[in-house]
Amino acid sequence: MSSVDEIMAGADKPVKRPVIKVENVSFSYPSDESNLVLQDINLEVFRGEFLALLGHNGSGKSTLAKLFNGLLVPLTGDIEIFGLNTAYEENEFKIRRNIGLVFQNPDNQMVTTIIEDDVAFGPENVGIPRNEIIERVRWALDAVGMSAYAKGTPTRLSGGQKQRIAIAGVLALKPKVIVLDESTAMLDPRGRREVLAVAKRLQKEEGITVILITHFMEEALMADRVVVLDKGKVYMQGKPLEVFENEEALKQIKLGAPPVISLKNRLREMGASINDVYTEGELAKELGKLI
Amino acid sequence: MREMTFGQYYPAESVIHKLDPRLKIVLTLAYIVTIFFVNNFLAFGVVFIFLLSLVFLSSVPIRMILKAVRPIMYIIIFTAILNLFWGVDGTRVWNWWFITIYREALFNTALLMLRLMFLVMGPALLTLTTTPMDLTDGIERLLSPLKVVRFPVHELALVMSIALRFIPILMEETDKIIKAQKSRGANFDSGNIFKRAAALIPILIPLFVSAFRRAEELALAMDSRCYKGGKGRTRMKLLKFSLTDFLAVLGFIIFVLCIVAIRVHFMHIIPVH
Repeated sequence: MSSVDEIMAGADKPVKRPVIKVENVSFSYPSDESNLVLQDINLEVFRGEFLALLGHNGSGKSTLAKLFNGLLVPLTGDIEIFGLNTAYEENEFKIRRNIGLVFQNPDNQMVTTIIEDDVAFGPENVGIPRNEIIERVRWALDAVGMSAYAKGTPTRLSGGQKQRIAIAGVLALKPKVIVLDESTAMLDPRGRREVLAVAKRLQKEEGITVILITHFMEEALMADRVVVLDKGKVYMQGKPLEVFENEEALKQIKLGAPPVISLKNRLREMGASINDVYTEGELAKELGKLI
Repeated sequence: MREMTFGQYYPAESVIHKLDPRLKIVLTLAYIVTIFFVNNFLAFGVVFIFLLSLVFLSSVPIRMILKAVRPIMYIIIFTAILNLFWGVDGTRVWNWWFITIYREALFNTALLMLRLMFLVMGPALLTLTTTPMDLTDGIERLLSPLKVVRFPVHELALVMSIALRFIPILMEETDKIIKAQKSRGANFDSGNIFKRAAALIPILIPLFVSAFRRAEELALAMDSRCYKGGKGRTRMKLLKFSLTDFLAVLGFIIFVLCIVAIRVHFMHIIPVH
């Protein structure tokens, strides 16, 4: 049994075991060694959870994503994926098969002109037999709702559709974790909704751990847990509503709660009794009760 | 956005389109060699009928095939004229001042023109009926024996595939950059040739910068998807010879046999050389 399977088997036991464990990690790029992009980060990601990683540009969140799958290796400290240390080269492909990274620009992630060929790229790389590749490609495209485009080219698709294909390309490797590294940043609101819906469904239905890296606060509301990074350090973490409750702390690093939460917070401050809400609809209902 | 079709693929669902790309490439090469064996009009008649039936089968409009000849029309005319005055003996047919045209030269020129035209029309049919992706795939598999001598066949094919993928993206980007520079007052359409060339610099530099950035991102994405070169890689697409492919080979063999038979037996019909 590989250590990956062991962790997966262990996940049924009552003790929660992390799929990603970041311990005292610091990092700087070779081009600018004096500037620590990440400083002494400690973080655990648990199996099956939806984690949102928030922060400004330059907060180190994208660097962290590349550390997760071993594209970058920590300067000091350790990152363990299913107990495998990313610093060892022999773990490289075991880790990458299990941590799928989706990047910001969908155009720069596709290798071929035919969509199904592109989805097959990952499984082809790791030498999966042909019949299984076909099955996986079908499954992955179905999971992101793009089966109808299998034989087409990505040129005419919308940003959201292209990004869903990029997710399918990662999904075809059957990863346990998917990291969306600012994958919604270049999309229009509709494309963002599409991609987020796919991510949520993968977490719910396929049990895939999702790490959503974003600077859109409202996207974090759909997460189970939020980690806020600032200047390379973990600034806050907790359930989305807990984190957004503390608007003062967020304002200090020039972030803010999503408008719905912000309004709710202010009404509470004014003494109104309002239940926790996530969406405008829910807030409207609460307001209706007050009147 | 500019609609961009790379190469000149003509999408259709014909038997020719469905042929194995490897076979099409090999047969096209064989066709080119065969054309060089053709040295009389009867044989060119056979080539004409062969090509015409292929075009008919492929449902590609004939004008698309003829379009392939257009870019080399001047070369054909130039070589033809040169060739016409080259022959220095045989039967005189025309004489003016110091220019003499011989009957043999006339025949040779006609054959040369036909040969050049048929030479480009065959490969044109290949690119019209095969997607660039399939062509790349076919070339990769045909060259795969070279892996033994460590020729990077897979890498070469991947480079071609990525190039095909990014051509439309970079075209679109060039369009954007041109518009952006024009809106800041750049002028690309006036001045002498040096000024115009210099005007291209503000287009090329951002284009290169962006292309490099894209390349870096693509490399990261490929790494993340476990790319480690051609070793130990499997393929989803399987190229398999079908009945049509065998029929195509059979048809081609018959064609070559006709050409050879004509060359051997009927050479005296229209004597050349």
